[in-house]
Amino acid sequence: MMFSAETLRKFNREVAKYPAGRERSAVMACLALAQEEQGWLSPEAIEAVANYLGIAPIAAYEVASFYNMYDLKPLGKYKLTLCTNLPCALSGANHAAAYLKEKLGIALGETTADGRFTLVEGECMGACGDAPVMLINNRHLCARMVPEEIDRVLEECA
Amino acid sequence: MLDIEIDGKKARVPEGSTVMDAAQLMGVYIPHFCYHKKLSIAANCRMCLVQAEKAPKPLPACATPVTNGMKVFTHSEMAVKAQKGVMEFLLINHPLDCPVCDQGGECQLQDLAVGYGSDTGRFAEEKHITLARNAGALISMQEMSRCIHCTRCVRFGEEIAGVMELGMANRNVHSEITTFLGRTIDSELSGNMIDLCPVGALTSKPFRYTARAWELQRRRSVSPHDALGANLIVQTRQDKVVRVLPRENEAVNECWISDKDRFSYLALNAAERLLKPMVKQGGKWREVEWNVALDYVAHGLKDVLARSGADAIAALAAPHATLEELFLLKKLFAALGSANVDFRLRRQDFSTDGKKKGASWLGLRLADLRHQEAVLIVGSFLRKDHPLMAQRLRHATQKHGAEISMLSVTGDDPLFSLFAREVVKPSQLACALAAVLKVAAAEKGLTLEGVTGLESVTPNDTARAIAHSLIAHDKHAVLLGNVAEQSPQAGVLHALAQKLAEVTGATLGFFGEAANSVGGQLIGLGQGANAGDLLEKPREAYVLWGVEPELDCGNPQAAQTALKGAKMVAQFTAFKHTPALEYADVLLPTAPFTETSGTFVNTEGRIQSFQGVARPAGEVRPGWKILRVLGNVLDLPGFDYNSSEAVLAETGLSGEFAAGLDNRLSDTTVTLAEPAPEGLERIADVPIYFTDALVRRSAPLQKTADAAAPTARLAPATLARLGFAAGETVRVRQGAGETSLTLVADAALPEDCVRVAAGHAATAALGAMFGVLTLERG
Amino acid sequence: MAIMGTIAPILTAGWMGANGDDGWRLADYVARGGYAMLRQILENRRPPEEIIAEVKTSVLRGRGGAGFPTGLKWSFMPRALSGDKYVVCNTDEGEPGTFKDRDITRCNPHAIIEGMAIAAYAMGANRGYNYIHGEIWEIYKRFEEALDEARQAGFIGQNILGSGFSFELFAHHGYGAYVCGEETALLESIEGKKGQPRFKPPFPASFGLFGRPTTINNTETLASIPFILKMGGEAYLNAGKPNNGGSKVFSVSGHVNRPGNYEIPMGTPFTQLLELAGGVRGGRKLKAVIPGGSSSPVLPADRIMECTLDYDSISKAGSMFGSGALIVMDETTCMVKALERLSWFYHEESCGQCTPCREGTGWLYQVVHRIENGEGRPDDLETLAHVAGNIGGRTICALGDAAAMPVQSFIQHFRDEFLYHIEHKTCLVPKDVQWAGSDFHRFGN
Repeated sequence: MMFSAETLRKFNREVAKYPAGRERSAVMACLALAQEEQGWLSPEAIEAVANYLGIAPIAAYEVASFYNMYDLKPLGKYKLTLCTNLPCALSGANHAAAYLKEKLGIALGETTADGRFTLVEGECMGACGDAPVMLINNRHLCARMVPEEIDRVLEECA
Repeated sequence: MLDIEIDGKKARVPEGSTVMDAAQLMGVYIPHFCYHKKLSIAANCRMCLVQAEKAPKPLPACATPVTNGMKVFTHSEMAVKAQKGVMEFLLINHPLDCPVCDQGGECQLQDLAVGYGSDTGRFAEEKHITLARNAGALISMQEMSRCIHCTRCVRFGEEIAGVMELGMANRNVHSEITTFLGRTIDSELSGNMIDLCPVGALTSKPFRYTARAWELQRRRSVSPHDALGANLIVQTRQDKVVRVLPRENEAVNECWISDKDRFSYLALNAAERLLKPMVKQGGKWREVEWNVALDYVAHGLKDVLARSGADAIAALAAPHATLEELFLLKKLFAALGSANVDFRLRRQDFSTDGKKKGASWLGLRLADLRHQEAVLIVGSFLRKDHPLMAQRLRHATQKHGAEISMLSVTGDDPLFSLFAREVVKPSQLACALAAVLKVAAAEKGLTLEGVTGLESVTPNDTARAIAHSLIAHDKHAVLLGNVAEQSPQAGVLHALAQKLAEVTGATLGFFGEAANSVGGQLIGLGQGANAGDLLEKPREAYVLWGVEPELDCGNPQAAQTALKGAKMVAQFTAFKHTPALEYADVLLPTAPFTETSGTFVNTEGRIQSFQGVARPAGEVRPGWKILRVLGNVLDLPGFDYNSSEAVLAETGLSGEFAAGLDNRLSDTTVTLAEPAPEGLERIADVPIYFTDALVRRSAPLQKTADAAAPTARLAPATLARLGFAAGETVRVRQGAGETSLTLVADAALPEDCVRVAAGHAATAALGAMFGVLTLERG
Repeated sequence: MAIMGTIAPILTAGWMGANGDDGWRLADYVARGGYAMLRQILENRRPPEEIIAEVKTSVLRGRGGAGFPTGLKWSFMPRALSGDKYVVCNTDEGEPGTFKDRDITRCNPHAIIEGMAIAAYAMGANRGYNYIHGEIWEIYKRFEEALDEARQAGFIGQNILGSGFSFELFAHHGYGAYVCGEETALLESIEGKKGQPRFKPPFPASFGLFGRPTTINNTETLASIPFILKMGGEAYLNAGKPNNGGSKVFSVSGHVNRPGNYEIPMGTPFTQLLELAGGVRGGRKLKAVIPGGSSSPVLPADRIMECTLDYDSISKAGSMFGSGALIVMDETTCMVKALERLSWFYHEESCGQCTPCREGTGWLYQVVHRIENGEGRPDDLETLAHVAGNIGGRTICALGDAAAMPVQSFIQHFRDEFLYHIEHKTCLVPKDVQWAGSDFHRFGN
C-alpha cells in the first residue's frame, strides 16, 4: 500500500461510516485523503484506493474525474481556486483573477515557475455573501478577495 | 394485469411493465439507444420520449412504469418534437463520417437519423472531439467522438461480464467512455460490447474496414468452441468468413457469444491452413491428390491389420468434431474390427466406463441455470471454460441471490460473489467433496454406504456451509467441471457427487468439456477402448481426427511417444501442424466447422445441426465426405451417404433434445484416495485461447491477456519455502520432459502446488495434467 | 458577511454578532434550549404520526429550492418496513447565490442534528448522513466535531437517552459537483459513484440510499424542525403567510451594500430585505434580481420591487422562490455577460448523463459566449430559444430546466440588450457606466 499508516487509519474511519458491504461509499473520502497526502491523485493512488475498497479501478477513476476538486495532475504547493461565478463576479472576482494572474505571473490553470502556486477557476462554493471567495488547497475558504486581502493570504502561504 | 393504450392500440400487460415493455409486446416501435432488454435501465439517451395522457412533459418509455388505463402517444406532436430534439442533440457533436465508419449500414443512429434528423443542422459551433483509445486486440476505440454515451458497454461490463473495465469518465460534454488509463479490455465476453454499441464507437478491430454490412451473406452456424454451442451468424463475403455475430437464442446463448466464438474465425485464413493432401515420402512432404492420400491411409491401415490385428490400429478424435464425423469414424473402425476409437483426450481415469447409465450432461437445461437457488461447483475453471454458463450463474446470484459455492483447485475469480469456497490441491478434491457429503448425510440422518475412508474425513466450516446451503434450497445442483472430469480421481468424484445429489435431492450435472462431449457419448464413444490406454500402450497405426495430440491430450508426453513410434499416423486436420510434420505420414485437409455441415449436441442435450457457411478452401473436404470415401476405398459396406443428414439419421439422434442423457453410475462404491503424493502437485488449466486448433491460430485472440504464455505459478509461501523468487526462470520437470518457465507468485493457489497451463507448445514437453512436478534453478 | 434579521434568530441563533460563530458548540445550543425537544419526544414516546402532523400543520416547505411540503414528504416513508431506513440532510449548497446552509451549519450545527434525530424518530429511520458541499471543508470538519459532541452526549447513536430509539448519523462530504444537490445524485454520491441523478420513479421513499427507504431534506428544513415543534405548527405557520409557513434565511448577494444572510418571516416585502441588506450598492439603480438561486428566472427591477418573499408572490411575478437566494444586479450590469457566466456554469456542471443537457448546455454557452464576444448572428436568439426549449423538461433531473430557464428569462426580459450585442458587437450598457459599477466587466477572462 502506498499510503501512510495515518492515512490508512483515516481510510478506516471513513469506511466505518457506512453499512457492511458498502465500502464503496468511502471512495470520495479516501480519494480526498489520498490527494491530501500526496498532493494529487496519480493513477497509482487511484488504483490503490480502488484496491483498498475492493472496487474496479475504473469505478474509482469515474469518481476522481467527475468531481472537480480532485486533481489528476500534479500542481503547485498551493492550489488557489477562485470562484468566478455570477455572485462572485458581480463582487469583483474578475478583478481578483486579474490581480492574481498579474501578481503570480501565470494564467488560469497554470502553476508558478517555483512550483508554489497553481491558479484555477472554480464554481460556486456556497459562500456568495463573502464574495469574491477563493479556496486554498480545497480546504481553507478565504473571503472578500480584494487585492489587499489577496496579498495577505498569499503571504500566509509559507 | 394492466390496461394500456399506445397510439390507439389496446393491450393488457403484466404488472411492473414499462411503456417500452408494453410497446415491444404490442409490436409498436419506439426509437431508443440506451435501452437494452438485457441491461438495467439508464434512461439517459432520451430518444424514447413519448407523450402520456395527463403528463405535462414527455416521458422516457424505457423507464416509465405502465399505470392502469394509461394512454400513450408515440407519434403525437409532443412526442415527435421531443424525439427530434434529442436527435438534433445527438448529432451536434457526432462526426459526419458515416462514409468511413464501420458501423455504416447497421448503425442505430444512422437509421434513426433518417426518421428523426434534419437534413441541415442548426448547430454552427465547434464540434467537441474525443480522443482515440487503445483497448487491446479485439475492440477498436479509435473514433470515440462517435460515442453517444448510452453507457450500454459500461452496464454490460458491470451486469453481464461481471467486471467493470469500461467506465464513463469526466462529466458534461467531456464525458468519455474509457478504460482505466489505457488498460486493455480483457473480459472473455468483451466482444458483445461491439454488438451493444449502437454507433461506430466500439467496433471490431479485426473486422475494421473489411467489408460493408450490406455486402455480407448471413449464415447460421453453431460454435464449436465449448459445450454450450452458442448459436452464430457467420458472415461471409466471396466465400470468406469475415465476421461472426451471435444469433439470438434465449435458450442457449441469449444474445451473447464469447470472444472465442466471435474471433476464432480469424484462424480460417491462417497461413498454416492445409489446402491439399500431403504425404511424407522418404522424409519429405509432398502434395498429392486426394485419391493418393486416401489410398495411402487405406493401405497403411490394412497393412497393420493384416500384420498385427485389429487392436493395433487406433483413432483419436477431437471432442469438437461433428457428430457425423465421430459416428463415421467409429463405424469405419468397427467395420475394420476395431473398437479403438476415443475422443476423451484429456481424461485420465476411465474407471466409470461400463458403469454409466447414459451420457453425462448438464443435468438441467441451460436456461434453468439462472433459476438455481444453490449450486455446488466442483473442480472448474468456470469463467474461462464456460464463459456463458458462468454468465448465467452470475445472473442467478446477482439478480436472484443464488448461493453458489465452489470446491476448486485455484482461487480464480468467477466474477460473482461466492457463497462459500474451498481451494484444495487437486489430489484433495475428492476429500473436500466427501466432507460436504458427510455433513449432508449426517444432517439428513442418512447412513452412507460404499464410501471407504469416510471416517478419516473431517469436515470444516466451509463444508458445513455448503452442505447446509444445498439442503436448504429446493432448486439446487451439484455441477462437475473439467478438472473433475480430467482428474485421476474422476470416477471417485463422480460417485461422490452422485451420492451428494441423492442425499440432498440436488440435480447432478457436468458442464461438459467440448462442443460434442455429449454427442460423442451418445453415439457410443467411450464404451470401447479409452484414449489413455490407446496412447500408453502404443499402437502401430493412428488416425488423428482434428487432434493436435501434444496440445489436446491429457498426457502429451505419452501421446508423442506413441505417435513417434507408430508405423503410420494419418492426420485429418485443417492445419499444417508443425509437430505433426514429424510424426505423421499423411495429412488430409479436413473442413473446419465453417466449411462443413454437421451436428453438435450441447451440454443440455440440444441437438444443433448446421450447414457449411463457406465453400471449403483449396482442396479441403468436409469430414463426413472424406470418411465416406475412405470407407469406399477400404471397400467397407454402408458408406454410401449422400448427405451429412443421412449420416445423422443413422445415428438415431433426432428432435430438439437427445434421449439417453443420464448422469448416474450403476455402482457408486468408492474408496477415498491415499494421502497426497509427495512433492509439488501440478494444477493444469487449459487457458481459454489454447483449447482448440482454431483459437490457437486466431491472431487477435493470441494477442489478448488470456493468451499470455504459460508461467509456473505458486503460492507465495511455497515459493519462499522452496527458496525461489517470483520472476525467476526455472526448469520445470515432469516425467521425462522439461521446460523453462517464469515463476509467478499467486496467493490464490493452494500450497505445494504449481500451476502450469496445458494446451500450449511451451508446456507440451511435460507429462499429465495431474501429477508431480519438480523445479530446478538454471 | 452579515447575518441579521427582523425576528429573534432561530436558525442562525449561534451567530454572536461581533463574536462571529462562537455559539455553535453543544453547550451553547443546550443553553439556548437545544435538544429539549428531542428529549421531550423520546421521554414521552410521542407518537410519530403526531410529529408528522405537526410538521404538516406548519406548512414547512422544503427549503432547498423545490418547496415540497416537508410533512407530506415524511408521510411517504414506509415506517413499518423492517431493515435500514435513512434520513439524509442535503447541505450540498452550490447553487450560485445560495449560502444560507453554510451559515446555519457554521453557527447552529446541533439544530441540524436535533432536527435529523427527530425526523428519524418520526419516520422510523435508523441511519442518517449529512452530505456537505466539498468546498466548505471547514464547515464539514465543524459538523463532524458537532457530531462527536452529540454522540458523546448521547443525542445520537444507540439507545438515545435510554429511550430504546437508535439513530446513527454521519457526515459525507462532496468534492465539487453542483449536481449532487439533486437528491438522487446525492444518494449516488453517498454510494461512492458519480453524482448522476436517478430516474424517478422509484422515489427515494421506496428505493433510496443503498436501495432502502430514504428521505432527503434540506439543511434549513431539518434545522427548523426542533423550533417548529417547540412553537407548534400553527404558530410557525402564522409567523409567515398562509401556504408559506414560517420564517426563513434569505441569502442576498451581488450589488448590495451588505451582502449576507437574513432571517425574516416568509412574506416579507422584497423592499424590506433590500433595505436590511443596505440597499443597492453606491445608491445605484436596481436593474434585475434573480430571486431564488441562479436557476430561477431573472426578474426585472419593477417586477421584483412589487414582490413579497414567498412562494406565491414570486411565482406570480414569473419566477421561482427556490432557495430564497437573491442575486441583486444594478444598472451597471451587462445581462449578456451575466448570462454567459451562468450558462458556463450549467454546462460545466452537467453530469453528462442525459443527451439534451450534456449536448445542449454546451451549445447554449457557445452561442451566448459568441454574442458576448461580438460574434453574434441574427438567428442566435431563435437558436437559443430552440435549444433551451429542447432541454427543458427532457432530462432526468432539473439541471436541464435550470440551464434553460436563465436563458429564456434573460432573453425575455432583456431582449434589447441581446439584440444590441448581436447588431453592434458591443454592450448596450456604456463602458464607463459598467466600469463605474464594478470590476465585473473590466477584467473579463
